[in-house]
Amino acid sequence: MNGAQDLGGQMGFGPIELEDNEPNFHAKWEERAFAVTLAMGATGTWNIDTSRFARETLPPAVYLSSSYYKIWTLGLEKLLVESGLVSEQELQTGRSLNPAKPLKRVVKAEDVAAVLAKGGPANRPEQQPSRFKAGDRIRTKRMNPEHHTRLPRYVRDVEGTIETVHGVHVFPDANSQGLGEQPTWLYGVVFRGPDVWGPDCDPKLTIRLDLWEPYLDAV
Amino acid sequence: MSHDHNHDHDHSELPEIELRVRALETLLTDKGYIDPPALDELIETYETRIGPKNGAMVVAKTWTDADYHARLMADATAAIAELGFTGRQGEHMVAVENTASTHNMVVCTLCSCYPWTVLGLPPVWYKSAPYRSRAVRDPRGVLAEFNVSLPEDTEIKVWDSTAEVRYLVIPQRPEGTEGWSEEKLAELVTRDSMIGTGLALAPSELEDVA
Repeated sequence: MNGAQDLGGQMGFGPIELEDNEPNFHAKWEERAFAVTLAMGATGTWNIDTSRFARETLPPAVYLSSSYYKIWTLGLEKLLVESGLVSEQELQTGRSLNPAKPLKRVVKAEDVAAVLAKGGPANRPEQQPSRFKAGDRIRTKRMNPEHHTRLPRYVRDVEGTIETVHGVHVFPDANSQGLGEQPTWLYGVVFRGPDVWGPDCDPKLTIRLDLWEPYLDAV
Repeated sequence: MSHDHNHDHDHSELPEIELRVRALETLLTDKGYIDPPALDELIETYETRIGPKNGAMVVAKTWTDADYHARLMADATAAIAELGFTGRQGEHMVAVENTASTHNMVVCTLCSCYPWTVLGLPPVWYKSAPYRSRAVRDPRGVLAEFNVSLPEDTEIKVWDSTAEVRYLVIPQRPEGTEGWSEEKLAELVTRDSMIGTGLALAPSELEDVA
């Protein structure tokens, strides 16, 4: 989706704001927003791709003017309503008005270390051979899907070279839409800066992205 | 904590977002979807146990132990797991090494992908529009804002983390550190040097900090 999240190459955002000895959290509510989001993610009601899509479908003006954990909070509220765990009215009032829905899991304090240590690996068994190998030239597809995708705009319809074959990974475009994981080959692809940005670009710049096979055509 | 809204002070109203998050936590707790002690534990973990000190240990070991270096470059996930750092946002690790002729820098233009197991939670600037928009187009300009200037002929490799693969930059080992212990070397390894927006500290800079 061509949302506000797709920032690569956009201009006009000004200098990077650096902070010495920056804390993880700048307010108590950020801690809670962080932890609530992780804890709800761990219930297994949605996946990481669904949650990314919930954030990037925020209106661009909202996305760009919200702090990071506010974006997380707004995304979480959307997921809770969409999945039927919470009603709009409950969100508005802050009170439980309907019976709770059963969840696959509720994380307890004693589970936290194990849940984090396990993580959520995205690699899956190989079902068929990869289409490309290291050194192959490819061109990324020209595409503008309204659904979640991990092919940023700045590298669409650009030629590059396969550098790494990572293996078979969950395909975010499908997984985010509830169409199942549809695992497919993931590649490390290298692009020359001038091929992406034009002749004004530093000729010594190269950009690498991890891209799934359906994004790529042979050259 | 309680806030009294009936008397005047500088910020007499709680920010809307603070009320919103508090209401959300209460609602989800009432529903039995979350367990507040688990939230405390999640926060405590990233405040005290998972942070850039982990990554600094990996880098220091890579500098001093040739066998470990080889294992890290071949399979970073497994080599980092040897030190006990595994799991969320570090499931698929790749180490990329700076040399005299190449400099690596990591960004996530689409969101905020970051190797939590070795660096902890990302700083605000890493998640911000100025960094995410510019890192892939003008990395030298970005580096200048971090007071890093590289020779003209240095190849800059920018890694845009678009999948679940997470990148750890191995900065160059500073000169004048021959014979140093891993523990001492780790003190030279800053968070930014492992993102690629900084270099490892020189021994003289360490004394400045101390």
